[in-house]
Amino acid sequence: MAFNSFLKRIDLARLIIAAFFVFLCITAVALRLNLAELITSSLSRIGMWSVLVLAMLPAIVSGIGPNFGVSLGIICGLLGGLTALELAYRLDEIVQFSPGILFLMAILFSLPFALLVGVGYGWLLNRVKGSEMMIATYVGFSIVSIMKLAWVFLPFTNPEMAWPIGRGVRVQVALGNRGLAQLLNNFLAIRIGEVVIPTGLLLSGALCALLVWFFMRSQTGMAMAAAGSNPRFAQAAGISVDRQRIIGTVLSTVLGAVGILIYSQSYGFLQLYEGPMFMPFVAVAAILIGGASVSKANITHVVVGTILFLGIQVVAVPVANAFTADWSSMGEISRKIIQNGVILYALTQAGGE
Amino acid sequence: MQSKTTVLRESFVPRSIESIKQFLVSNMVTIMFVILSVLGYKVSGMTPFLFFMDITARISRNAFLVLALIIPVMAGMGLNFSIVLGAMAAQAVVIFVTHWGIGGLPGIVLAVALVTPLAALLGFLTGTLFNRTKGQEMIAGLILGYFAQGVYELIFLQLVGSLIPMSNPRLIMGSGVGVRTTIDLTGGLKYGLDWPGQYWGNDLLLRPTLPWTALGLSVLLALVLLAYQLRAEKRKRWSIPRMVASMVGIVVIAAWSIVQIRSNSQINWIRVPLLTWLVIGAACVGLHFFSKTKLGQDMRSVGQNRHVAAVAGIDVNRVRIKAIILSMVMAAWGHIIFLQNLGTFSTYGSHEQVGLYSAAALLIGGATVAKASIKHAVLGTILFHTLFIVAPAAGRQLFGDAQIGEYFRVFVAYGVIGITLAMHAWKHVLQSRSDAKPSGTEH
Repeated sequence: MAFNSFLKRIDLARLIIAAFFVFLCITAVALRLNLAELITSSLSRIGMWSVLVLAMLPAIVSGIGPNFGVSLGIICGLLGGLTALELAYRLDEIVQFSPGILFLMAILFSLPFALLVGVGYGWLLNRVKGSEMMIATYVGFSIVSIMKLAWVFLPFTNPEMAWPIGRGVRVQVALGNRGLAQLLNNFLAIRIGEVVIPTGLLLSGALCALLVWFFMRSQTGMAMAAAGSNPRFAQAAGISVDRQRIIGTVLSTVLGAVGILIYSQSYGFLQLYEGPMFMPFVAVAAILIGGASVSKANITHVVVGTILFLGIQVVAVPVANAFTADWSSMGEISRKIIQNGVILYALTQAGGE
Repeated sequence: MQSKTTVLRESFVPRSIESIKQFLVSNMVTIMFVILSVLGYKVSGMTPFLFFMDITARISRNAFLVLALIIPVMAGMGLNFSIVLGAMAAQAVVIFVTHWGIGGLPGIVLAVALVTPLAALLGFLTGTLFNRTKGQEMIAGLILGYFAQGVYELIFLQLVGSLIPMSNPRLIMGSGVGVRTTIDLTGGLKYGLDWPGQYWGNDLLLRPTLPWTALGLSVLLALVLLAYQLRAEKRKRWSIPRMVASMVGIVVIAAWSIVQIRSNSQINWIRVPLLTWLVIGAACVGLHFFSKTKLGQDMRSVGQNRHVAAVAGIDVNRVRIKAIILSMVMAAWGHIIFLQNLGTFSTYGSHEQVGLYSAAALLIGGATVAKASIKHAVLGTILFHTLFIVAPAAGRQLFGDAQIGEYFRVFVAYGVIGITLAMHAWKHVLQSRSDAKPSGTEH
């Protein structure tokens, strides 16, 4: 029966989380919370994270596992964003860039960083097979913490990014001054009553997902999937497993860079310093909640996971607050428990060595 | 070919130079940090008084926590990042002991008695989880720490005061729900172990000055070394150069201590929490003898090769759970020592970095993911915390900003762990690749 095979595919952990989401939504309706506001912020939150969660897909498919080091890609994206802002400032006298061009420039500038970093990072991950997740986490932590020094010393001169006194780039660089804030969110945005649909944001997420979907169906994508799911067989069939893993890592890093720029324009700021540190864990948890495992994933997992996990995060806070004002930390606490509980569950399912 | 070059090398190069080279290569990380610490100290422009006061406090505060990491490494489970759970257990118990108003040494004894079963239970659960994530214990431990952080916050931020009745204006937030974000242990557990006499109105009991302690320690060390050299089997004895080098080191420390004692320098004002140091020393001795017991040997065999150990009749999963229980209990005790020395702690933050800083210290001392000893723990604690003390001051001197030194020391902690993990995993991959190659003679 179709229903039975459906049940088999959805295991208990996901069922509990999905049930929790439904419960939150029903409670929100019952408590007469402002539904329009909830839906609006859910949609923009889901769109913000979509590409970052998507970045997990090529990593898992190519066999390196969930990319706990996607913070490397995030940093490349931030560097691209800062470079674009700096260039716009230096050329202010000569030419004024429109926000759209500026955003494309940010993505363009982040690509060489992401490609370079992705290749190096993939090379490293090929040398530590079997411990990729732990190494990726600590490589991410290390790079984020050395970048804190870099943000202080990098020679950016744009006063919008610098501290008024002292040296270095600000902790949060505002994007509003140059019209970048909510650029995609407002593009073709649709208003239905009080609900605002951030069409541009959702479309750009969908576009990235579509590109990845096409890539997965290309010859390289097929080879990558083969290398990830059965390395020995792939090697025997003449596929260079190490090469495919590097391609997967590069793709994941690039998506991380693009993803953070999409995230930042919606948030309105580039978050530097501590900002990228724990972002990978959210993305990892989201794709796992969507039904992926540490070795298998597809686009559906990305979509379902992003909607479920980010939806829960948005709805949980006002629901908890509606019960009692003392439960104000409940949203953050439930995020921690669900996010890390799901990652732990996936680790136990992987079966170890 | 390879054997030929080694023969050649041995005939031309004196053995001692070769062994010095080997010593330098295998202790690269530690030597680098010795140099970094000395440079940092020079640049920072700190007075010896401030430096020694800070390092004395930091060694007594952190050494026990670093020791807690040794047993899981022995059992082949890598760096046990789940010791954060032990630290949370310690904080939970400290909150309750403070609530009951029991302070000083009796408070410490009560806290230790209460935290031991709690940490053992957490250790059992963690060990069970690790047995289901074999080969991924470190990432599982790290994520478990974050997960437990959520549960801990749920209990102490939301449930205490609402579901768990507790009313104490010193501990509970103004709203009546949740434990305050900082807890002051003054008049309670603060210095409970460091100043054991304060409870009986004798502040200086068991608190000798730093130079006298250093002198006593160096005499003790010299005697132990000599006794070992006389009583140990011939092949286990230390070589003459090693012995001479150690003795010179000990004499230098002793001479420094005597010079300090005879002068009226400020160093003489620094007092050592002797009872805490004795507890740390006891843990070192205990770990040394533990590694020689049946269980300790079993852990070593499990650490070397799980499959061989299982064939030899060792219950691998049980041994691994025991290793985590021991580590967790030690971490909980270590964190109580940490908190009583600190005197005030952040309820939702003080435990967070315990795993990171302890692991970094152990690795800086020369340990690897597969090999860690007491020597690594002690040396690493001293070096890592030297760097911690001098980095902000050095940052201010060099760049006019203490923040830069702080960023640098955090990077060092993460970077050292990252590099060590990567190097170990790489070696492991190379090893299994060469094992997999057909060697001809075996087939």
